[in-house]
Amino acid sequence: MDLYTRRLLINRFNLIVSLLTMLFGLFWLGWILFTLFKAGFGGLSAKLFLEMTPPPGSDGGLLNAIMGSLLMGAAGTLLGTPVGIMAGIYLAEFGSRGWLAPVTRFISDILLSAPSIVVGLFIYEAYVVRVGHFSGWAGAFALALIVVPVVIRTTENMLRLVPDSLREAAAALGAPQWKVIVLVTVRAAKAGIITGILLAIARISGETAPLLFTSLNNQFWTSNMNAPMANLPVVIFQFAMSPYEDWHKLAWAGALLITLSVLALNVFARVFFRNRTATY
Amino acid sequence: MSAVVNPLQRRAQADPAALMSRTISDASLRKHYRLDQLFRHATRFFACLVLALLAGILISLLVGSLSSIRTFGFGFFASAEWNPVTEQFGALVPIVGTLTTSAIALLIGIPVSFGIALFLTELSPKWLRRPLGTAVELLAAIPSIIYGMWGLFVFAPVFATHVQPIIKSTLGSIPVIGTLFKGPPMGIGVLTAGIILAIMVIPFIASVMRDVFEIVPAVLKESAYALGSTTWEVVWHVVLPYTKVGVVGGIMLGLGRALGETMAVTFVIGNAHRLSASLMEPGNSIASALANEFTEAVGDLYLSALIELGLVLFFITFVVLALSKLLLLRLARREGRMT
Amino acid sequence: MNAAVLQPVEQALTQKIQVKNLNFYYGKFQALKSINLDITERKVTAFIGPSGCGKSTLLRTFNRMYALYPNQEAQGEILLDGENILDPSQDLNRLRAKVGMVFQKPTPFPMSIHDNIAFGVRLYESLSPREMEERVEWALRKAALWEEVKDKLKQSGTSLSGGQQQRLCIARGIAVKPEVLLLDEPASALDPISTGRIEELVHELKNDYTIVIVTHNMQQAARVSDYTAYMYLGEMVEFGVTDEVFIKPKKKETEDYITGRFG
Repeated sequence: MDLYTRRLLINRFNLIVSLLTMLFGLFWLGWILFTLFKAGFGGLSAKLFLEMTPPPGSDGGLLNAIMGSLLMGAAGTLLGTPVGIMAGIYLAEFGSRGWLAPVTRFISDILLSAPSIVVGLFIYEAYVVRVGHFSGWAGAFALALIVVPVVIRTTENMLRLVPDSLREAAAALGAPQWKVIVLVTVRAAKAGIITGILLAIARISGETAPLLFTSLNNQFWTSNMNAPMANLPVVIFQFAMSPYEDWHKLAWAGALLITLSVLALNVFARVFFRNRTATY
Repeated sequence: MSAVVNPLQRRAQADPAALMSRTISDASLRKHYRLDQLFRHATRFFACLVLALLAGILISLLVGSLSSIRTFGFGFFASAEWNPVTEQFGALVPIVGTLTTSAIALLIGIPVSFGIALFLTELSPKWLRRPLGTAVELLAAIPSIIYGMWGLFVFAPVFATHVQPIIKSTLGSIPVIGTLFKGPPMGIGVLTAGIILAIMVIPFIASVMRDVFEIVPAVLKESAYALGSTTWEVVWHVVLPYTKVGVVGGIMLGLGRALGETMAVTFVIGNAHRLSASLMEPGNSIASALANEFTEAVGDLYLSALIELGLVLFFITFVVLALSKLLLLRLARREGRMT
Repeated sequence: MNAAVLQPVEQALTQKIQVKNLNFYYGKFQALKSINLDITERKVTAFIGPSGCGKSTLLRTFNRMYALYPNQEAQGEILLDGENILDPSQDLNRLRAKVGMVFQKPTPFPMSIHDNIAFGVRLYESLSPREMEERVEWALRKAALWEEVKDKLKQSGTSLSGGQQQRLCIARGIAVKPEVLLLDEPASALDPISTGRIEELVHELKNDYTIVIVTHNMQQAARVSDYTAYMYLGEMVEFGVTDEVFIKPKKKETEDYITGRFG
């Protein structure tokens, strides 16, 4: 076989393999989603949203878990977003001189990919041990720590996309720097920053590990953030690892619920971003 | 005709309506200055907060593992013993488990991600690109606990009945490699965990690869095609070297994720503190040990040993991620900021 | 306040800006070399020259826009009404409130048309809503944009066409009533009809403001300006009354550039 034919065959072979890898990826996605819907759909009912987590053998829902996840997610987002945005502004607008900005960026990127269970461990040592009990606040702190690097990264990237000519135009009117940043630059990047926050929310919605030893779990209803709080991921973990059939059913239903919310948030964030960004 | 002219006076005569006397007061300038300073300090404070958080994590983990460090010293890393009753703890099994599952994940994940990125950038018809890309990103968005549940309840049984026997009869009969596949086909174990991890990191690595492949300048690829290269040759000899910085970064990102992944691994790795040469056997990873045992640990030493495990995990991921960032910086500088 | 009379007229002409021995550096690269020139009040001065000659750099020293970036440094003196604006004690915000700038690319802020114009005004004046509306209308009329946008003041500034956006930026610049207006190639991103409108605008505005315009279009400089400076490679080659520079240039380099033999 001459060189040319061999090259053609290698090319053909590799391109087919590439197609196969694509199908491979789609296969897993399809299988997982199919399983999730099949196992979880039956459990989706109004009861899920109206009743508490039951002991094994009885009927129930996931209300306290859903509530807990919503409360801690909201608290975590509210705590982490301002930190992330301010630090992101620092990196994008004040970061051209000195050492603080490159170091912060480096650290933030590392925290972004750090194991979330370690975050839970940190909050356990730094807060739970100190106050002596698990609580919803501890869970919220852990989630906030996950939100911060995501928001820093997206805020900085979006601010960098704003063209310098816009900043100069505001400065040319004699605006002080803080007004240029707050009233013009951040406003121009608003859509992107909000998208970043939405993606951070999607990320923490599915996080289990950081909540394992911070908020723990709670069989009953509570809106007291200062006590152990039920949440969807930990409840699913507990129910799935147990030997009880009805708990398994609830676990699948909860899993479907989380996945649908996360996917919806992702899609919404993308659509929102596409429609709202002004092009310069 | 006066040689010395007062411009303000002249303007008032020329266009009285236009001159609303606008004097910029010193007070308002001072206020602007003060607010500028305040704002700058505020943002800097939050940036410092991030640094403080990292320091806090390191310090609290160190403090928590102190009693374990004092008791076991460096032997902690060489011992495969894990006995809460006799209070003998060793990190060897979880560390080996973490590294093995991540290695399997990368072994499977890197070629597959490369294939997917290649498909998305070179082979796929234009109209298919966005939906396929979204599908890949969906894979990344699925929470890890879902992977865990699916892995345990759906994948593991299928794996045990249909796939593992095949692996054992084919690869298992080869002399040296065969030891990797000994043991009963239970479905769960180190190999299963590695496969599930692979599926989880594929979307991360593939997305990064796709992003860097896409910004290769068209003229570069065209020059290669103009010499008569096949598509594969263009990708392998031109695109890949051009993007190697980003590709390495993406792989490191995937590795970082695999090392720290908790829920997916916990469901299927079997939680056995046993060191075994076979991948089919159950094992343990640092993250899954923490997830399974932390809330039930009694005794300060037990807890401290677990926290030391957490410290080790954090340290490993930190080193991997820091190395990847430094590598990217060095390569980018050497190539004059390409990609 | 100096009063150097350039030509005998009933009104004495003052030098609004006097540049003395200005050198400018981007890091180690020297972009402006020993520039000396005077900008006359209420006249249009144009800077022309091939790409990279330093005309935009020179323009941006007049409102110290370069101060936003590290590694950019100016040495020498620039006197605005007798005060040296390169002095470190010079308040930049105050300077920029007196010396306004319009950029090459239209830069509408992400706000309504009304707020775009009100933004600069609010920085230093507190006007009642009624007074603000009057000021907005006044600025838009001056910029020849009022008729086109009077019914859609609440719409976003980015919803306008390129030419309209640029006129919005000009309106925004004059709404704060600066004394000097710097125009950095204001029409180069626009179609010929919008360009013509901008040039008419410059002609009207010079009754009230001192204008300095950078342009790579020689014919535009000839049409619009009273004085012209030809620059090349960071140096001021020739400066004088526009008609003289274009019809009877004193230096050969100027003549080569103007006749198109070069650049």
